[in-house]
Amino acid sequence: MFFEEAVSSGPQFFNLVPWIVFFPVIGLLFNIFFGGRILERSRAGEKIVGGVASLAAGLSFLVSVLLAISLNGHPEGMVVPLADWINIGELNIRWAFQVDTLSVTMMLVVSGVGTLIHIYAIGYMHEDVRHNGDPGRFRRFFVFMNLFIAAMMILVSGDNYMMLFVGWEGVGLCSYLLIGFWYEKGKDGIGNALAAKKAMVTNRIGDFGFLLAAFTIFWTFGTFKFHAIFEKAPEVAVANPGALLFITICLLIGVTGKSAQLPLYVWLPDAMAGPTPVSALIHAATMVTAGVYLVARSAEIYVLVPTAQFWVTLVGSVTALFAATIAVGQFDIKKVLAYSTISQLGFMVAAVGMGAFVAGMFHLVTHAFFKALLFLSSGSVIQGLERGHHHVEHDPKLKKQLKGHAHDFDPQDMRNMGGLRERMKITYWVYLIGAIALAGIPPLAGFWSKDEILADASKEFSWAYTLLTLAAIFTAFYMTRQILMVFFGKARTPAAEHAEESPLVVTAPLMILAVLSFFGGLINLPFDGFHQFAHWLEHTLGEYAHPGEFILVVALLSTGLALVSLALGWWLYNPRRYEEFWAIPAARRPDDPLRSYIGPIYEALKNKYWVDELYWAVFLNPYIDLSRFLADVIDWRFWHDWFHDRVIMGGYNLLTRLLAIRIDLGGIDAAANGLAVLTQRVAERLRQVQTGYVRNYALSIFVGVVIILGYLLLR
Amino acid sequence: MPNDLWLSIGAILPIIVLAVWACLLLLVDLFIPAQRKGWTASLAAVGLLITLAVILSRLGQSQSGFGGMVMVDNFANFLSILLLASGLAAIALSHDYLQRTGIERGEYYVLLLFSISGMMLMGMASDLIMVFLALELLSIPLYVLAGIAVPRLNSEEAAIKYFLLGAFASGFLVYGTALVYGASGSTSIAKIVQVIQAGQHNLTLLLAGAGLILVGLGFKVAVAPFHMWTPDVYQGAPSSVTAFMAVGAKAAGFAALLRIFVLAFPVVSLDMTPVLWSVAALTMILGNFVAIAQKNIKRLLAYSSIAHAGYILMALTPYGQSNVSADSVASALFYLVAYALTNFAAWAVVIALEQADERGLELSDYAGLGRKQPALAAAMTVAMLSFTGVPPTLGFVGKFFLFRTVIEGGFIGLALIGVLTSLVSAYYYLRVVVIMYMQEGEPVVRRDGWLYATAFVSSIGVVALSIFAGPLIALASRAILNLF
Repeated sequence: MFFEEAVSSGPQFFNLVPWIVFFPVIGLLFNIFFGGRILERSRAGEKIVGGVASLAAGLSFLVSVLLAISLNGHPEGMVVPLADWINIGELNIRWAFQVDTLSVTMMLVVSGVGTLIHIYAIGYMHEDVRHNGDPGRFRRFFVFMNLFIAAMMILVSGDNYMMLFVGWEGVGLCSYLLIGFWYEKGKDGIGNALAAKKAMVTNRIGDFGFLLAAFTIFWTFGTFKFHAIFEKAPEVAVANPGALLFITICLLIGVTGKSAQLPLYVWLPDAMAGPTPVSALIHAATMVTAGVYLVARSAEIYVLVPTAQFWVTLVGSVTALFAATIAVGQFDIKKVLAYSTISQLGFMVAAVGMGAFVAGMFHLVTHAFFKALLFLSSGSVIQGLERGHHHVEHDPKLKKQLKGHAHDFDPQDMRNMGGLRERMKITYWVYLIGAIALAGIPPLAGFWSKDEILADASKEFSWAYTLLTLAAIFTAFYMTRQILMVFFGKARTPAAEHAEESPLVVTAPLMILAVLSFFGGLINLPFDGFHQFAHWLEHTLGEYAHPGEFILVVALLSTGLALVSLALGWWLYNPRRYEEFWAIPAARRPDDPLRSYIGPIYEALKNKYWVDELYWAVFLNPYIDLSRFLADVIDWRFWHDWFHDRVIMGGYNLLTRLLAIRIDLGGIDAAANGLAVLTQRVAERLRQVQTGYVRNYALSIFVGVVIILGYLLLR
Repeated sequence: MPNDLWLSIGAILPIIVLAVWACLLLLVDLFIPAQRKGWTASLAAVGLLITLAVILSRLGQSQSGFGGMVMVDNFANFLSILLLASGLAAIALSHDYLQRTGIERGEYYVLLLFSISGMMLMGMASDLIMVFLALELLSIPLYVLAGIAVPRLNSEEAAIKYFLLGAFASGFLVYGTALVYGASGSTSIAKIVQVIQAGQHNLTLLLAGAGLILVGLGFKVAVAPFHMWTPDVYQGAPSSVTAFMAVGAKAAGFAALLRIFVLAFPVVSLDMTPVLWSVAALTMILGNFVAIAQKNIKRLLAYSSIAHAGYILMALTPYGQSNVSADSVASALFYLVAYALTNFAAWAVVIALEQADERGLELSDYAGLGRKQPALAAAMTVAMLSFTGVPPTLGFVGKFFLFRTVIEGGFIGLALIGVLTSLVSAYYYLRVVVIMYMQEGEPVVRRDGWLYATAFVSSIGVVALSIFAGPLIALASRAILNLF
């Protein structure tokens, strides 16, 4: 459908749009209620549970495709209202789905890549089917995955900022739940849980920015609806430019949280604690691109605020370079990809920041393909290595080779790999395709999208162009390094030696993604007549969706630099050289060949520029100290111990003691007791009248009679 | 005239039924073996129930009989029901108690029935002669009952004291009746009213007569200074008799006082009011203060009964004000019910704790009851709170109406004395509660179904009727006195 020119006719399925949310919800409900039982009863349970979840995502994808077909005929799109949500005075928020080319692009990516990852996860999560005899865990995974699809669909399909925010928070929740999915694992048994917490807390800071933006939007525009806001935006830009600047900057803060940009990117590398399908789906292909989508969606506001555009571009391009350099110093196969993701997100953010919305969204799509591919392949590598390790451990002859590091074997450390090219052929080839796509070598998808960003940047933002080109050089370098370390040379551990290829359920999605990564660039070749994607988005972004240009110099330069970087990588990490390096006794051997050349700089890269440490020192520790101070000193010692206990309670005690002992006991009680004593004395005295003699009693009667008669007669 | 006679007999049919039943029971009792006296008790109760049924069947009617000597009106019926119910409660308290103290005799129940018939007659009497007759009819069985624990010296002493002083007081009543006859030429209340309305009466004689009638009846209800017999008799008499006497004699005495004073003597109210005021005040003060010094529960309750007689008499003080007198009657009747219920709850507990040879009657014997017998202690607590006048008990509602009546009559000073003496009474009533709950002890408790039933029904009634007091108040308000 991308390849056809839009004509205003054809089938129309816009009213199906709620089903992109309903299908995954139905899937997760099914698994909540029946998943556990199915897993317990049926041997094929994992296939049913995973299959239902995949089917739910797949149906969602089907609806997205139908929507895309509809859009082909009716490119203006449609807003499909579903229900009222909040109706308070002027505040009117409804559940309504925005079907236009931008949102449907996101839907296609989310559900398409999502479906593949669901299928992949059926194989990948096999180990969790009976985790400690509990089938609940496997089911839980797919429930969370479906929930994520639903939330992400809400995010991309809402016709207003509040619905987008619901999805925004929903995917944040799923991210948290899935990062901490193996919550009992990780460093000291809480490492994964801490990583989840870190993601949650860091995203809260970003969400705070989003909320401020949302409040200001309502305050300024009186509505949350995209269309209404965009219509009014130009006049507001004249009347109240400060408000728009505030909104866009606050949205940028939200973007830095969700899309892992400086300075809030720190959670994403830690998020690799989650299962690899999660890393691929949430932390590479879809959720983290929500920030890019948000800026693209808000394009009509951003173009009115050049200052904000500058800042978005700056954040994006600096992040792109910054993260790319860190990736060079990582040994964990997923950490390399994580920093690569941050870097690539930086490309996209920079693109949408400089107004190249088409290029940004284009890169978002291709990146979703090849980064999902890379993550899933890395998962395949990791499991291949784990299988090898398992094999070695259970073979008495081989077990001796383990040399005592049997238990702290890290299947994600690239130094433990090597030579996997032979043992995992499919994984190797798909990985290679992903890597070349990422490195920006033509004609793979990554080249076209990245080149379009660079071409756009080269025209107006030369500083951004410089930063991004440098980042591209590093990208080619770290990918070369990774490929060589993982797949080439000889196996460096027994586990790598006995690694096994993954099953078809895992490799099939890889191959599909590899094809997409290879040919994905075709949707928007920068030649006249091939700008389908640009034209597609034009229906939503209008004049801001200008088709990319092909600048030969830029293309040649970026490709050339990438190839140079690749050669440099080959020179440093080629199998022969790396084997020589590896032959050095462990005690004298540096951790990486690169260290010999740029020692201290390498240390900085390896330690991620100590940003985490910096944040700890500058923010977290002072924050914790402040919290402790507030809790221990202000709240407890001052407020509780001193003010509450001493002043209020002590004062009250003093007062009550005064009232009780002096006033009550000393005064009132004494008086009352005195009265009681007096009463008792009177009673005793009166009692003595009661002699027990009848004559006395009769006398008393008589006296009474005399007195009464005397009174009555003599009154 | 025969028609009139039958009508008259019909009017007092309940009393006749009860008296005849009592006479028959006396005969039947001869054939009931000594260890089977429970039969007599049951039969006596049946007699009371039949009488009650007769009254209930004729409720709402009002008729006079014997040439105006009796008047069966709502007031009389209200009292009769109260008295019969009290009689049932007394039997419930008596049976086990008499058995274990070894004084179970068939004539006990018969005397009880006779006494009740006298009390009922007292509520109907609308002739001063009839009042005297009824008084004797209720008193003489009571004298005997007080001394029925015959080998026990203080029981005999109580009977003799009660008899001597009762005779002494009766003399005043008869003398007062004579003086009123002298003043008005009639003993019939209706005729006296006619004479007074015609202005043909001798005021001085009427005043003296009224004063002496007050003395005579005041002795029965135990108001100061005619109260001195009360502690001795209450203590000496068997507890079950005391429990009944406290309610029955008081109710009957007040019934006669109310009828005579409200109907016949409004004309002397200006002079009588100070007397009533003083007597009520003196009674409340004396009863409550002296009760503080008591260590014996029976004596304590005796003084308590004196004090409560003072409260009821307080309601009588504004009897002469035509706009308040209806409230006087209603609040007095209501308080009698409250007092009766509270009284039986308290006495049931007293009897449960009493042992042979008058042991278990000291306040200190109640220590630890709260822990050993929480239900019984709770019943006692309710009774004590009701005596004190603490909500939510019937005693509170009753006192509320009494005080309201007194204040309506304009006697704020008297109401104040009533409130203050109530405050004093808390001292000795709550001491019982304190001893039960806060002192350690091993009380010996007699387990008997009827005792417990009386205690619980009464105490629950005390609380429940205070919350749903409406119907009872309405009944008391409708129990107005009929002259003709």
